[in-house]
Amino acid sequence: MNRLQSLARRSLLPILAVVTALLLGAVVIVITDFENLSKLGSDPIAALGGALAGVGRGYGAMLSGAFGDPGRIVTALQSGNEKDIATAIRPLTETLVASTPLIFTGLAVAISFRAGMFNIGGDGQLIVGALGATTTAIALQGVAPAAVILVAAIVVGTIFGGAWGFVPGFLKARTGAHEVITTIMLNYIAAQVVLFALRGDFLRQPGGGQPISKVMTTFVDVPGILPLPGIRLDFGFVVALVMAVVASFFLFRTTKGFELRSAGFNLTAARYAGMSAGGSIMLAMFLSGALAGMGGSFMVIGTVGQLSNDLSGGIGFNAIALALLAGLRPTGVVLAALLFGALTTGGKLMGIQSGIPFDLLFFIQALVIMFVAAPGLVRTIYRIKPPKPEAEVAA
Amino acid sequence: MRLELRDISKQFPGVLANDRISISADKGQVLGLLGENGAGKTTLMNILSGLYRPDSGEILIDGETRVFHDPAEAIRAGVGMVHQHFMLVPVFDVVEAVALGAETVSGPLGTFNRAAARARIVELSAQYGLNVDPDDKIESLPVGVRQRVEILKALYRHSDILVLDEPSAVLTPLETEELFGIIRSLTAGGTTVIFITHKLNEVLEVADKIVVLRRGRVAGTAVPAETTRQALANMMVGRDVELIVPKGPANPGEVVLRLKGLQVRDDRLEMAVDGVDLEVRAGEIVAIAGVQGNGQTELVEAIVGLRAIDSGEMSIGDTRIEHASPRQISDLGVAHIPEDRGRDGLINAMTVAENYILDSYHRPPYSRRGVFDLAAVAARATQGVKDFDIRTPSIETVAASLSGGNQQKVVVAREFSRPVRLVVAAQPTRGLDVGSIEYIHRRIVEQRDQGAAILIISTELDEVLAVGDRIAVMYEGRIVGILAGESATLEAVGLLMGGAEFGGAAA
Repeated sequence: MNRLQSLARRSLLPILAVVTALLLGAVVIVITDFENLSKLGSDPIAALGGALAGVGRGYGAMLSGAFGDPGRIVTALQSGNEKDIATAIRPLTETLVASTPLIFTGLAVAISFRAGMFNIGGDGQLIVGALGATTTAIALQGVAPAAVILVAAIVVGTIFGGAWGFVPGFLKARTGAHEVITTIMLNYIAAQVVLFALRGDFLRQPGGGQPISKVMTTFVDVPGILPLPGIRLDFGFVVALVMAVVASFFLFRTTKGFELRSAGFNLTAARYAGMSAGGSIMLAMFLSGALAGMGGSFMVIGTVGQLSNDLSGGIGFNAIALALLAGLRPTGVVLAALLFGALTTGGKLMGIQSGIPFDLLFFIQALVIMFVAAPGLVRTIYRIKPPKPEAEVAA
Repeated sequence: MRLELRDISKQFPGVLANDRISISADKGQVLGLLGENGAGKTTLMNILSGLYRPDSGEILIDGETRVFHDPAEAIRAGVGMVHQHFMLVPVFDVVEAVALGAETVSGPLGTFNRAAARARIVELSAQYGLNVDPDDKIESLPVGVRQRVEILKALYRHSDILVLDEPSAVLTPLETEELFGIIRSLTAGGTTVIFITHKLNEVLEVADKIVVLRRGRVAGTAVPAETTRQALANMMVGRDVELIVPKGPANPGEVVLRLKGLQVRDDRLEMAVDGVDLEVRAGEIVAIAGVQGNGQTELVEAIVGLRAIDSGEMSIGDTRIEHASPRQISDLGVAHIPEDRGRDGLINAMTVAENYILDSYHRPPYSRRGVFDLAAVAARATQGVKDFDIRTPSIETVAASLSGGNQQKVVVAREFSRPVRLVVAAQPTRGLDVGSIEYIHRRIVEQRDQGAAILIISTELDEVLAVGDRIAVMYEGRIVGILAGESATLEAVGLLMGGAEFGGAAA
């Protein structure tokens, strides 16, 4: 009961943040709906109805874009036609595909933040990991069997990402260099390193000067979960879920995780307790980078199939928002990543079907992030008292 | 009646901080307001000084009801407040610091009339024997003088009701005596003084009447001539307390901690510990007395391995520890109760259970091969909570929500949960209520009787005298005298703390 209550208390603010963002999004849909607004003078009731219908259509399209149309799924399943089933469930699987790298990077952010390290370098660690995986896969092409290439690419990519994360951790522990600055700068360096690597013939796709790597799905691919045509969802998603469990176990059940959290909460008390604070920082940053790198590896070897320098598309930054939305808890990261994934894939359909601009989706996402980042704002709106009122009664 | 607070109540979420409190003071009187932490003293004074509005009750000055909407109104009504933490700009000189916010201005541009302000400060300083040089920089002044500058600030604003919040906390015994002299000259001039403290000796010495607060209520009133320390302490706590630490004679054994020619620098690289020689034996309590900032903090940090030493020797038993890590030192059986428990001793955001294992989390039974045995952690933490009477809703409660006394008990319970050869306790009872102080002292004496060597660092003379089998006084980085506990007097220790040479004992 106690556990349930605390779960409810923890979820309240994030849920309210999302709801508030959707409500504000609805307001924006209404006031940008010029067709109905122009009728406001002549026929206000119809105008209002039309505007609200627009909101309903928009969010409806978003829902079915993110999770599919239930009726269609049922019909397709009954028909037994593989192609129909694939088309019907694709929105749902695409949501999971979009969520997968968000889970990896969200966990990466959660672990580093738990250690008090504001790792802004998720993007760089993800893409360096992807570079490691791509290089390994292409190097091994034709030399080793596909299964070996797959495992080697993911492992090398993970280590690359970890190394890229370790650098700012090492700099912080040894020299005190602030991780916000070093991780941001390493993002730029990572992007340029990848661009440079994609110049050479070894990785680059033959023909055309585009900085894109060869397509690897022809010789190595992460196995799919569903044996259906056109479904990208693969075991990368399952590994992401496993990593969430592993991260949770690591943080809350192991002594290294305890050291890491202690250093994050209170560095001096950790030192007084005989812990090596620098060690915790370096470990946290290595693990954080490794998770982001693993996420990037699964993208290039699996769902995306090739490396380009805009592979991440800001995932590393969205991960910060969703990790905060999740309260830095691995289970929460999974839920938040699913939400963000649904917003992304659902938003695409919303744009296509209802004529509501795709930009509005970013607008709603930004609102969610803003409300999450400022819990005081949500508290003020809904007049929720802070968790522990600290009365100044100390005499 | 110069000042009267009538039936003041103030509710905070979950706490009734003031419950129908009435106090009064005449012109030229010293009212001693005595109470433990959390008794409601500061809340009451914040109401008087206009920081809070009372939920009910009224403030009367010269029999007239007054409502203060903000501190400025209270100041205009003559209420001056000297806070525990001084509010002075370090780079200002005394004239600027005192005049700040109440500048005398002249000319069309409203320029600061320094000469007028200075003249008034000189006059006030002479009138009340404050002995403050108006041209000194604040940062160059000792704490005792800064406090007098704060008093000057109140007087400069024509305050004749002066509230002093725990004024002696930062002072040497000698400076405290001087402060009492100043209070007497203030009251002779007609000022009413409200003296807030939790120190029994002080109210008995300086107050004309005493009001004791407990849990937001008036627990009783007394007149110094007709009461005793014991009676006041009982009133404060609400039960009979032991003011004297019950302990038998020490039974010193072999030397556990040995320091020889120890030199340690502080963060600004000044020599903070400058040649300390000290031995602490098994079965004895050595108490280091001294005013805050004379090298005690650095000394403790060096002993427990948190601060590199400059030169000298340190050993525990036969093991040299000059270059040992905090964990190596703790593994030698050293329990450390740090000076600032909120910053160094506890992780406020973690639970009682997690804090209980903060320094032995990596050992069995708490963990095996790097994985916690949560059942073992819970079992030991539950036992610790029971053994040390820690008042907490559960072991899953975060440390931040415990009271200061219970937080300190978590620290002590943790440190004493391992085999202990040496206890290094820095300010072990700072900010605690009488009941918790009594309890922690008893536990420390218990460790001594079981054969541990104890080193206590305290700025509270009462504590040093009560628990020390030997008392070493530290001044400017040196041990300037070591006295036997039973023959040490308040005066002798107080003089040494102020830097006086003492017989041949001076180092």
